[in-house]
Amino acid sequence: MADLSYQAVMARKNEIMKKSIGVDYSEFELTPLAFDYERMMQKAGYSLNEIRRIQTEMSVGNTPLIELRNITEIVRQTADPGKGARIFIKDEAANPSGSFKVRRASVSCYHAQQHGYPGVVAATSGNYGAAVASQAAARGLKCIIVQEVFDSRGIGQPEILEKGRKCEAYGAEVRQLSVGPELFYMLLRLLEETGYFNASLYTPFGIAGIETLGYELAEQVRGRTGRFPDVVVVTHAGGGNLTGTARGLRKAGATETKVIGASVDLSGLHMASDIDFNRKSFTTGHTGFGVPFATWPDRADVPRNAARPLRYMDRYVTVTQGEVFYTTEMLAQLEGLERGPAGNTSLAAALSLAREMERDQILVVQETEYTGAGKHPTAQLTFARANGIEIRRGDPDQSVPGKSIIIPERPEQFQAKDFSLDNLRKSLVKNALAHARLTELSEVDIRFLMDETRESREWVQRVVAELTEHQLS
Amino acid sequence: MSETARAGDWVEIKNIVMQPEERATNIPEETRRVPLELRLKGFLLADATIGDEVEIETIIGRRVRGELIQVNPEFQHDFGRPVPELLTIGRELRQRLERGKRDDG
Repeated sequence: MADLSYQAVMARKNEIMKKSIGVDYSEFELTPLAFDYERMMQKAGYSLNEIRRIQTEMSVGNTPLIELRNITEIVRQTADPGKGARIFIKDEAANPSGSFKVRRASVSCYHAQQHGYPGVVAATSGNYGAAVASQAAARGLKCIIVQEVFDSRGIGQPEILEKGRKCEAYGAEVRQLSVGPELFYMLLRLLEETGYFNASLYTPFGIAGIETLGYELAEQVRGRTGRFPDVVVVTHAGGGNLTGTARGLRKAGATETKVIGASVDLSGLHMASDIDFNRKSFTTGHTGFGVPFATWPDRADVPRNAARPLRYMDRYVTVTQGEVFYTTEMLAQLEGLERGPAGNTSLAAALSLAREMERDQILVVQETEYTGAGKHPTAQLTFARANGIEIRRGDPDQSVPGKSIIIPERPEQFQAKDFSLDNLRKSLVKNALAHARLTELSEVDIRFLMDETRESREWVQRVVAELTEHQLS
Repeated sequence: MSETARAGDWVEIKNIVMQPEERATNIPEETRRVPLELRLKGFLLADATIGDEVEIETIIGRRVRGELIQVNPEFQHDFGRPVPELLTIGRELRQRLERGKRDDG
């Protein structure tokens, strides 16, 4: 029998991955640092037309694009004369399983079925679990979802408890773990034991599944207004949503559209901490995923992550938990759309981003998610209060993640904060050098880092020189 | 909660996946001090009492052993209580919209 200790299972990682995904990632490697991203997306992924066919067959996508007229009006009241872009939202909650994540899952489950896998496994505490469970159910595949749910007292976030229930509703085996990154170890053990497909969030097919979202919204906006959107705001966590949407926009020809990532600010909270775990009110769409996945995508559960957000992000902003809860209330009461809070992260950012834009410009918020027991402002704030978090109305800028949630008093107080892309890009270069154990770069490495950071050759060379100098001193 | 369960009942079990000393090294101290636990639901294979070591069959037909902790476990998440800090937001925004219309007209 195979050795099931942590060290032994982790040491078999590459072999387990190869079998459970069916992709030989080594074929795309160029140097210890660089790999051919576009070739990986072309060879291991699916074309946009194939994905549209798979998704249409499963009634995934083609979600409504809704103009938020009342919210736009409120934003204009807070803006300088002539300012305040038109805001549209892509109602992804209308998808099977209630979120955009099913776009990914539809392709993963199709691929698993085509290749004869008897079932699928996914490690996720997010909407992706329900998405995989729903697609597996529709295709007759067995499904196991591994979630991080409880702290050591056995207390779980209401939002994750609901996501677990939803996976069960679709007939999945739901493995609920206490806090810790060893979730990945559990995933590997299950893949080895069952021979199921690894429906990772970060495969080329998973990311290609989101390209339809960007493509559709570009077409819908052009159909309604005669032009492409000026700005698309994307809630950013693991990077797949942003990467897939941006690629889809480009494929639709919307090459001038700016793509802005938005995350909930959870700075100061450690994601693997048993104590911090229940002191946050957002379990996804936050900086605890957003920053590490932007600066080192290959930390994911596949050798090479197909989600590479810094290749596509024009700007990155953060919002507070209080702003998102207020926004969720605003969307329900002014537009008649009751949706889940986490999916409204990008809408919260949009309120201040649209304020800076001209009135004739168009901003698209590219997702909503379903809401329900647990996944709701009243559920999440009741839980936060019970866990000692202070909740009050006031200036959201004064809030401290893990200590207080401040619900704005008025929309003028909304202000998305810029997170330095330059710093993120430098961190990415630093991580790439450290993982490849390199101090000197070849031409291929330099070109790869230019693509990864969207920076010039001079910038890459300067940053590498600074980093290696620092290392030597 | 019933103390005994019969074969075929829908139950929840708990399992220690890793003892504190087996856990990954690069995690915060407070997490490394506690075991990594797993909870899982399924159909009980033989009559048992809470706290017993039992075997279950999960909804997809896989067999797993662990400590019996609950019989017919309840979903405990709900909508919580109304939140006073949110209750007036709709009204405040509606007033602003109406004021805006009046100013335009």
